[in-house]
Amino acid sequence: MNASTERKLWMYEKMIEIREYEETMVRVYMEGKLPPHIQKGLAFDIGSGPVPGEMHLAAGQEPVAVGVCAHLTDNDTVVGAHRSHHFAIAKGVPLKPMTAEMFGKETGLGKGKGGHMHLFDAAHKFSCSGIVGASMPPACGAALAAKKRGKDWVAVAFFGEGATNQGAFHESLNLAALWQLPVLFVCEDNKYAISVEKTESTSVEWNADRASAYGMPGVLVKENDAVAVYEAAGEAIARARRGGGPTLLEVKTDRYLGHFQGDPEVYRTKGETTTLRANDPIPRIAEQLRAAGELTDAVEQQIRQRVSARVAEAYEYGRASPYPKPEDALLHVFN
Amino acid sequence: MKTRKLTMAQAIAEAIGQEIERDDNVFVLGEDVGKYGGIFGATGGLLAKHGKDRIMDTPISETAFIGTAIGAAAEGMRPIAELMFVDFFGVCMDMIYNHMAKNTYMAGGNIQLPMVLMSAIGGGYNDAAQHSQCLYATFAHMPGMKVVVPSNAYDAKGLMTQAIRDNNPVVFLFHKGIMGLPWMSYFEGSTNEVPEESYAIPFGQAKCVREGSDVTIVTLSQMVQKSILAAEKLAAEGIAAEIIDLRTIVPLDRESVLKSVRKTGRLLVVDEDYLSFGLSGEIAALVGEHLDTVQLKAPIRRLAVPDVPIPFSRPLEQFVIPQVDTIAAAARQIVGARQIEGALA
Ligand SMILES: Cc1ncc(C[n+]2csc(CCOP(=O)(O)OP(=O)(O)O)c2C)c(N)n1
Repeated sequence: MNASTERKLWMYEKMIEIREYEETMVRVYMEGKLPPHIQKGLAFDIGSGPVPGEMHLAAGQEPVAVGVCAHLTDNDTVVGAHRSHHFAIAKGVPLKPMTAEMFGKETGLGKGKGGHMHLFDAAHKFSCSGIVGASMPPACGAALAAKKRGKDWVAVAFFGEGATNQGAFHESLNLAALWQLPVLFVCEDNKYAISVEKTESTSVEWNADRASAYGMPGVLVKENDAVAVYEAAGEAIARARRGGGPTLLEVKTDRYLGHFQGDPEVYRTKGETTTLRANDPIPRIAEQLRAAGELTDAVEQQIRQRVSARVAEAYEYGRASPYPKPEDALLHVFN
Repeated sequence: MKTRKLTMAQAIAEAIGQEIERDDNVFVLGEDVGKYGGIFGATGGLLAKHGKDRIMDTPISETAFIGTAIGAAAEGMRPIAELMFVDFFGVCMDMIYNHMAKNTYMAGGNIQLPMVLMSAIGGGYNDAAQHSQCLYATFAHMPGMKVVVPSNAYDAKGLMTQAIRDNNPVVFLFHKGIMGLPWMSYFEGSTNEVPEESYAIPFGQAKCVREGSDVTIVTLSQMVQKSILAAEKLAAEGIAAEIIDLRTIVPLDRESVLKSVRKTGRLLVVDEDYLSFGLSGEIAALVGEHLDTVQLKAPIRRLAVPDVPIPFSRPLEQFVIPQVDTIAAAARQIVGARQIEGALA
């Protein structure tokens, strides 16, 4: 499925938005976490600053999110994992409440209860979780619901290559194939699960090969390229919408930052991230679009302005929103 | 005996390293335990010293590697499996509670499982509901697992040594906020003098970490450190709090709790686990069952997480987890409470 110029520009804009959004969040995340503000004995206090807790960012992995989500509508479901901002943004989760959630504010997606790893947006059928391997079973459920209701909706489960060694991955693939569910399983292979390299954790070179064990197509995209992901995902999603069942799509991608902010990255070779960044998919797609005459300076400028305005607005909204009242902690155990 | 100050993470790693040297059957398996030394440092430096055969990074496959530890333990090895955050127990609980906890019993005692399952517990740094629980009562509730929850480096080393040598499954839970990690605020008292040589602390012996005559605070883990700070505030107001650090909850040192409450006549249980059906209820029931020999001067009070998942947002999280000030307030309130009618002064 070839991407139209309009879809390519959409993906380009979303990739810029994801990157700029995360760069903004990491700046505020670092506020108050480093000397001289911190208590003695600490190098980094994860619990201080306006955005506390863990922070897993996706710089480098944008093509997977935009290439897949470019095919989705509000009726389709996306389930992500702990590193999910890119999926949320590509799925259309509004930036303002998402940002407020990361600040722990009352106006956040989850009223400050969830935070960055637990973003729930029912209107855009997006959710994610901090448990590795937990995205696949609920995606099967959304797909089953679509099938039972006779809708052509699909569900997408995103997960890292580390998650493919969980039982839930294997159980879900079998179930989805058995019931011919309209699910797309998308594995982002960024080589590492925290500090553990894929070669140290996974018995096969490519997860896409595992699909055959469950009787479903396995597709491998080796380039960290939005258009390549778009094409591969398009076919799989179209097949799922037609009742053709699930697909396992694996994309080789790169994580430029630590597993989480503050990660000492002792497991990486020196200079590795610099080498990876030389292959940044954002400038690459821009060059391709320019070469094909699909992107002009004027359009580029408009995109940048729109993105900066959206990100700045979301940031200000998140920062300025009020905190919930402490007693609100007692609400919402049940609905 | 030569001692030096260690963090709880260093003390745990030292205990493991010494047992690895002492016994060929001891090995560690878990996620990121190798080069990374464990996300919370409990295996720091061990890979470099003992190699990949003894310190094994695993895939993210908790059912598989915790089950592997069970199988290896049944063969007489002494595995230490690290479940990174206790909250992840859900993905592997079948191996833990249907197998690790029950096989010895179902075998009529003819199988032993000398393994340790270690894991990080606790919140206070805004990691939200799937990364901040304590859950020690969940494990203690189900028979077949010893449950160890240290509050400082000295105890952690001795209890880990004991855990590795124990012939039964031991769940060893360390609170992230007292490990002495360079990326988390921590409590001074948890980093303390630890002997270089190996030593074991027997299970089932609570420790009176502060003596007092007005109120007994029964607690464990990071709450011991918070309770000590609360007791200092109370002391300035003329209230003498006695603090009992349970150290292990299976087995539970009931006698030390009763002895202290007999002395003070007042009980406050401080717990970072959920309020209902848990540790605080157990301790309260223990005292309730001994009212023939314990004279209470005030109703028992429990301070714990009020049966809600741990919220992300700072003001919400601070509200649900007991804090130094709320501990002090609860103790103050008990001491100031109307005397139970007919109680001895
Ligand atoms: C069940 C479970 N086990 C372990 C973890 C801790 N953990 C969080 S992220 C992570 C690595 C995940 O790697 P991968 O799936 O490749 O995703 P990536 O971080 O590379 O995006 C681990 C081990 C967890 N959150 N849940």
